[in-house]
Amino acid sequence: MAEITYREALRRALREEMQRDPTVVIWGEDVVAYAGGGAYGVTAGLAKEFPGRVRDTPIAEEAIVGVGIGAAMGGMRPVCEIMTVNFALVAWDQIVNHAAKQSHMFNGQIKVPMVIRTPNGHGRTAATHSQNFDAWFASIPSLKVVAPATPYDAKGLLKSAIRDDDPVVFLEHLQLYSTRGEVPDEEYLVPIGEADYKRRGAHLTIVTWGRMTIESLKAAQVLAQEGIEVEIVDLRTLRPLDYALALESVRKTHRVIVVEEGWRTGGLGAEIAATLQEIAFNELDAPIARVAGLEVPMPYAKNLERATLPFAEDVVAAARAMMHNEY
Amino acid sequence: MDKDELIYMYRQMLLIRVFEERSAEMYAKAKIAGFLHLYNGQEAIAVGAVSALNPDDEIVVNYRDHGWALARGCSARAVMAELFGRADGTTGGRGGSMHLVDVKRHFWGGYAIVGGHLPLAVGLAVAAQYLKTGRVTLCSMGDGSTNIGTFHAALNWAKLWNAPIIFLVENNQYAMGTSYDVHSAVPMLQKAAGYNMYAEEVDGMDVMAVREAVCRAAERARRGEGPSFLNAVTYRFRGHSMADPDVQRDKQEIAAWRQRDPIPRFADEVLLKQNLLTEADLQAIRKSVEEEVEDAIAFADKSPEPSLDTLYDYIYMQPVSNMQIGGSLMRPPKTIGRLSATSNGRG
Repeated sequence: MAEITYREALRRALREEMQRDPTVVIWGEDVVAYAGGGAYGVTAGLAKEFPGRVRDTPIAEEAIVGVGIGAAMGGMRPVCEIMTVNFALVAWDQIVNHAAKQSHMFNGQIKVPMVIRTPNGHGRTAATHSQNFDAWFASIPSLKVVAPATPYDAKGLLKSAIRDDDPVVFLEHLQLYSTRGEVPDEEYLVPIGEADYKRRGAHLTIVTWGRMTIESLKAAQVLAQEGIEVEIVDLRTLRPLDYALALESVRKTHRVIVVEEGWRTGGLGAEIAATLQEIAFNELDAPIARVAGLEVPMPYAKNLERATLPFAEDVVAAARAMMHNEY
Repeated sequence: MDKDELIYMYRQMLLIRVFEERSAEMYAKAKIAGFLHLYNGQEAIAVGAVSALNPDDEIVVNYRDHGWALARGCSARAVMAELFGRADGTTGGRGGSMHLVDVKRHFWGGYAIVGGHLPLAVGLAVAAQYLKTGRVTLCSMGDGSTNIGTFHAALNWAKLWNAPIIFLVENNQYAMGTSYDVHSAVPMLQKAAGYNMYAEEVDGMDVMAVREAVCRAAERARRGEGPSFLNAVTYRFRGHSMADPDVQRDKQEIAAWRQRDPIPRFADEVLLKQNLLTEADLQAIRKSVEEEVEDAIAFADKSPEPSLDTLYDYIYMQPVSNMQIGGSLMRPPKTIGRLSATSNGRG
């Protein structure tokens, strides 16, 4: 088993699925030309390996997604790259009114087996380029939404997403592309719709996904030194949302913090907290707490950006407060 | 051209006209709800275009889609049942008037977000090109959709990738109530010229002219010469939808266009003139069409409402194993259906 980056794991998934199925293609802005393949290097080298199947497109996200939907209807399995999630707003109508409507509204006559790959993230790029819409995507019936945190999950989920018969929004993360993790050499899939324990512990449950899984793991190290053992449930799939592990964990620890990167109001954390208390109110020894991004358009200045985003220290503080009954 | 085919085209146009007149009646009787956009006046376009294409060529249209569904061969029964919101409709009552579909007939649907279907049509054409199926995609739209971003993104992409597609503008000269000179800065063909796309203007009230133009465009696409753009100038004889009192259009203008009605015109200029049919034959066709639509109404009225048990069908084409406890589906789908049946929709 080799340790590779999240970026390389994604590239391997794309390569393997393109080798396996000739109808898989990659379309997006600068997936061929720019710096050898993709604004963030995920598709590097694939255009040479698969002539005619990796194509640069105009900067027209509504068409990248819309043409992808049509091609999927017509028998292909396009993987469409939206350079960052912020630009997915330009394609919002195509995602919500078309990709997510076809199968149900047309009563099963049309399927849309496509993947929309796009990264969340930040990096001193200010308000229009540092957003997180996980909750919006996850609120749309008929979409599948995944957000892997590790190279292992990134590869296994992307392969599942490409083989899936429904439209899958695949949320990557700029800050995770260069992180490393073990990925088996042999083929494997990670099923869509299944959460995963990333750490076991008896005192407190953290429900999270994406970059915040990694921050929560860092927080767990600190908390362990203080005698607080957290259990981390990485949702991995945001729609349909798998509550089974979170419920199992709550019944053990009786304390929950939901950790998300995006805005708190109307965030996915609010939905998860509401659902957990509906089902497992009697299991809870403390109100469910939330760690989330602060609700401002992301500032450019380094200190302001850092203050806006949640990091491990925010998780540590929330966990301490909960264990000391300060909520 | 084959006599039977000409007669068939006439009958199809008449079927659409009678179907739409009776649909308006059913709307007034509240058998049909929501929005109902009638095709009266534009029949020559759908019928002419469909007659020019192969049965497996792809068709994608906007929400003014009853005429297209009927022209493509969907039964009047299935279309009327859909308008009634019943189980035997083209989508089992899911989509309604604006979202008719019949994929078996390569009719990929009516789309109700103006311009939203254009990229989808380009995608179908690109898939046909990639998979080498030899199929051509026809994408129809109103003149009102030629100003939105997806129109330009779709034309650019189709030209860039040489997609085998025909963009067919049903230019009825109004975007809802807003006339062409108020909604567009340049003449229609200049929009195609902006993408260096082969383009023609067509008399949209002449079924044979539409047929011939679509034939030329389809041949170009099949020869690998890429996309074409057709501006079929037409007029709708009624308001934008049943909700439109049609007070903004000039009465004389409407009357003048009614003089160019494509149905009697085709009867006079082709069928009668070439002695293919007599007046008595035309009367017999009208009678059979009226009976067909009457039968469709009776059928739709008897068709059951869709079962509540189907509410969650096809949310996913590939269901996830533990979906019943996931997300908003906190209860197994069928339980939710039963709850809503017995408790005023709560559940």
